[in-house]
Amino acid sequence: MGATIAHTDGHAHAAHHHHEESFISKYIFSHDHKMISKQFLITAIVMAWVAVIMSLIFRLQLAWPGEGFAFTNFFLGDKWAPGGVLDPNMYLALVTIHGTIMVFFVLTGGLSGTFANLLIPLQVGARDMASGFLNMLSYWFFFLSSVIMLASLFVEGGPASAGWTIYPPLSVLPQSIPGSGAGMTLWLVSMTLFIASSLIGGLNYVATILNLRTKGMKMTRLPLTMWALFITAVLGILSFPVLLSAALLLLMDRSMGTSFYLSDIHIAGEALEQTGGSPVLFQHLFWFLGHPEVYIVLLPALGITSEIIATNARKAIFGYRAMIGSILAIGFLSFIVWGHHMFVTGMNPFLGSVFVFTTLLIAIPSAVKVFNYITTLWRGNIIFTPAMLFSIGLVATFIAGGLTGIILADSALDINVHDTYFVVAHFHIVMGMSAIFGMFAGIYHWFPKMYGKMMNTKLGYAHFWITFVCAFGVFFPMHFIGLAGAPRRYYSYSEFPMFNGVVDLNVLVTVFAIIGALAQVIFTYNFFYSIKRGPKAVQNPWKSNTLEWTTPVEHIHGNWPGPLPVVHRWPYDYSKPGKAEDWVSQITPLEHDEEEH
Amino acid sequence: MTKLLILIVVVLGILAIAQLARVYELTARLRGKREEDISAADNRMNALLMWLFPVAYFGFFIWLVAAYGDKMLPLAASEHGVETDWLLNFNWIILIIAFVITNVLLFYFAGKYVFSKDRRAAWYPHNNKLELIWTVIPAAVLAVIIIYGLNTWNNITGPASPDAVVVELYAKQFDWTARYPGADGALGASDFRLINGTNPLGIVTPESVKLRLEEMDAEIAEMDSVLAHSVLPDTKAAELKARLERSRRQQARVVNLRTVMEQDIKEKGEASVYLRGADDIVTKEFHLPVHKEVKLVIRSRDIIHSAYIPHLRAQMNAVPGMTTTFKMVPTITTDSMRTAVVMDDTFDFVLLCNKICGASHYNMQMPLTVTTADEYSAWMAEQMKKPFQAPPAPAEVPAATVPADSTTAVPANAQAAVKTN
Repeated sequence: MGATIAHTDGHAHAAHHHHEESFISKYIFSHDHKMISKQFLITAIVMAWVAVIMSLIFRLQLAWPGEGFAFTNFFLGDKWAPGGVLDPNMYLALVTIHGTIMVFFVLTGGLSGTFANLLIPLQVGARDMASGFLNMLSYWFFFLSSVIMLASLFVEGGPASAGWTIYPPLSVLPQSIPGSGAGMTLWLVSMTLFIASSLIGGLNYVATILNLRTKGMKMTRLPLTMWALFITAVLGILSFPVLLSAALLLLMDRSMGTSFYLSDIHIAGEALEQTGGSPVLFQHLFWFLGHPEVYIVLLPALGITSEIIATNARKAIFGYRAMIGSILAIGFLSFIVWGHHMFVTGMNPFLGSVFVFTTLLIAIPSAVKVFNYITTLWRGNIIFTPAMLFSIGLVATFIAGGLTGIILADSALDINVHDTYFVVAHFHIVMGMSAIFGMFAGIYHWFPKMYGKMMNTKLGYAHFWITFVCAFGVFFPMHFIGLAGAPRRYYSYSEFPMFNGVVDLNVLVTVFAIIGALAQVIFTYNFFYSIKRGPKAVQNPWKSNTLEWTTPVEHIHGNWPGPLPVVHRWPYDYSKPGKAEDWVSQITPLEHDEEEH
Repeated sequence: MTKLLILIVVVLGILAIAQLARVYELTARLRGKREEDISAADNRMNALLMWLFPVAYFGFFIWLVAAYGDKMLPLAASEHGVETDWLLNFNWIILIIAFVITNVLLFYFAGKYVFSKDRRAAWYPHNNKLELIWTVIPAAVLAVIIIYGLNTWNNITGPASPDAVVVELYAKQFDWTARYPGADGALGASDFRLINGTNPLGIVTPESVKLRLEEMDAEIAEMDSVLAHSVLPDTKAAELKARLERSRRQQARVVNLRTVMEQDIKEKGEASVYLRGADDIVTKEFHLPVHKEVKLVIRSRDIIHSAYIPHLRAQMNAVPGMTTTFKMVPTITTDSMRTAVVMDDTFDFVLLCNKICGASHYNMQMPLTVTTADEYSAWMAEQMKKPFQAPPAPAEVPAATVPADSTTAVPANAQAAVKTN
């Protein structure tokens, strides 16, 4: 079915000699990018479940404040949920760790880690990552950091509770919140390891894409997944060190008596000695990472869906160069917009104006992407695989969440919706849902490549439609709760009669959240069942053009049994006129009078 | 019982789906159908759902607007709020148009161009003119949004006029305090080292500095005597010693503050900011006059809070070590809101905390009363007469979760035994 490799490049390759590997070197400390990608994915699925269960616990509290639930008590015990009633400090801890796990461990480590590792060598035509050892290290730092984050759930005083943005002084002073004791220390240690993992991984991704492209794989022939993962890695390399420095300064403020972020504080009956620092400095440093982070999460998802939409619409992606241009523009702009998280911190209003301008500029490349997706579907020949459904779902959430971003970017409007549920709705749809849809799309699409098996399509359909409906059921009403003025991170709204009109929406949201979580049971079952018992995959099940589908189904070290493939065309020759099939693999040479595209 | 039933139904449901999937898989294998071959029926079903989904989606949106539209924040009760509400509505019009167009196109195309063996997808890899159009149109629309938005922003954030009513909002875990200038029309200086039970805002006056220094002397003497006469475990003794050292250093800083203050008073005489605080009104009541420009001066004692008054579309963070301001003009009194806008006799404007600040973050609030200028003057006159009373700790806060706080009347000599980090 798949095109076979007909050329010879004359180089004997070191990776050719196969030898039996021990269990440890094959499954645990593996240097092989395909195994590492599976390790990332399964770790991320475990972490995602932890975060989902947390969200269910606090959703129960928000829908029925003060009521006891056996579910809550089962997970939190009598200390944090006496009688099943969630403790207010634990509520804050749960929202904090839910956010941290979802943003960093699932959508950064899980998404980039899985698909950058799996796809980069396969799609650029390399035997493995530039450094297999560093790649392994990247996973094990990630693993360690996950373990530490989970361990922080069990310390006295509870895990970090200052919100995933850990703004000081709340995150510095254990007097202000119990979670800022050992829990916060572990959070910082965990994040430090996570950042190390991300940086090692990112350097490897960039090095591989720049240096190990196979013959003929020009930058202008790279699949859009590669472009997205490339820019993602660059963003990570440039921004994560800033978070690291912010975290280190925070650590010093916590334990060494420095005052980078502290000034004029009187707490627990004592005036602190630290003066001269500024809590706003931390916010600048944090969001200098924090905003590119949004795109670190989003771009891989957009890259994945570009690939999947073109493949399953059997149609060339519309505006390939514009898509690359918009990825570059988004990547660049993402570094000069961080201040839009800080319009009401007392930052100079003129600086605020600059951030309004740069932030709204991002809407232009984003709009281009949406229109290009829509045009790719237009007059396509669409096959609804579960991956395709999730990709279309991503476009829908990207539209819904992107548009409300325009309101939040407008500083004058942000005054009244800042830190309300409107923000929660916005970023969960545009970042959370879009990225997780991209991740699901990627899993369904590349599952045959990862495990050599097929996932069950019908279960995939059930998973998608329930998840898709619930995603909007959960997050759409939150806009309204926010426009009623309801702040986020409130344990309960019962102290404010002004929110009585919208509290029943919280019940609706929670019901959708529970159903949505159950749909993920379907996915998890399908995923693990298919690994074990799924039907065997063929080499190129989706009739896709990219290089990964020219490798054998059974994984081998070095990816291609013979010499590396040579690339002759871009990856989007779907339904090209004059071709017998509706796809042409990248390794098929151009005919003598054929234009590239 | 119902919970158990729900659980059983859910578990059985999942098992049923799994079994159905298994049956389907086995029959598919028997028919020789491969998992990756999507049947025409499946394609049609999904295409149909692609068309049905936007109906449900837009329907849900319309239902939310119809059912909850009137539960959103009512009419803005401030001048700039009216402006931002206009801006918001203007944005909504553009966004909803864009939302409907893009979603209709997306789902319509997705459903329409479903796979058929007899058809081939179009070859349409790019069209520069089209791409230029949908780069330029959003850019033009955004330019309008940016210009309109920044214009409004500049009006809001411009400097307050010198005759604006100045009110300080002071945040701490988990309550708000308001401070009004007294008869002299200006707020006095403040310093966090002067905070104690009787001076919760740390207002600096010669009197308050003197009292605080005396109090610090007493604290230090107490600690000295505990160290000299009691047998303490080593760790406790070390802790107390460290605390004693800190107290001495803080005392030196207050002495330093006294010097600066005395110098300033000598130079500026009555105009010194250190002589302005004695008549300041510190209160748990938050009143504002209608139709007058108000400048909120916002400070925090411990961590970041955020002063958010949704009905007035006002929000500004309270940051320790920093003073932030927000100016506005309230336009509707509390009474008019009750009788003419929300039709609810119990309505109150409310100042709430909108930055995560700890266990009782969700209940850190202070009602705001907007009154006519006459009522406001009468209230002010009344406030000037009564001395400030240290507020009791809010009763609804669960005791276990609230950190110790000097203002909740811990006697000075007992503080030595309070464990601190």
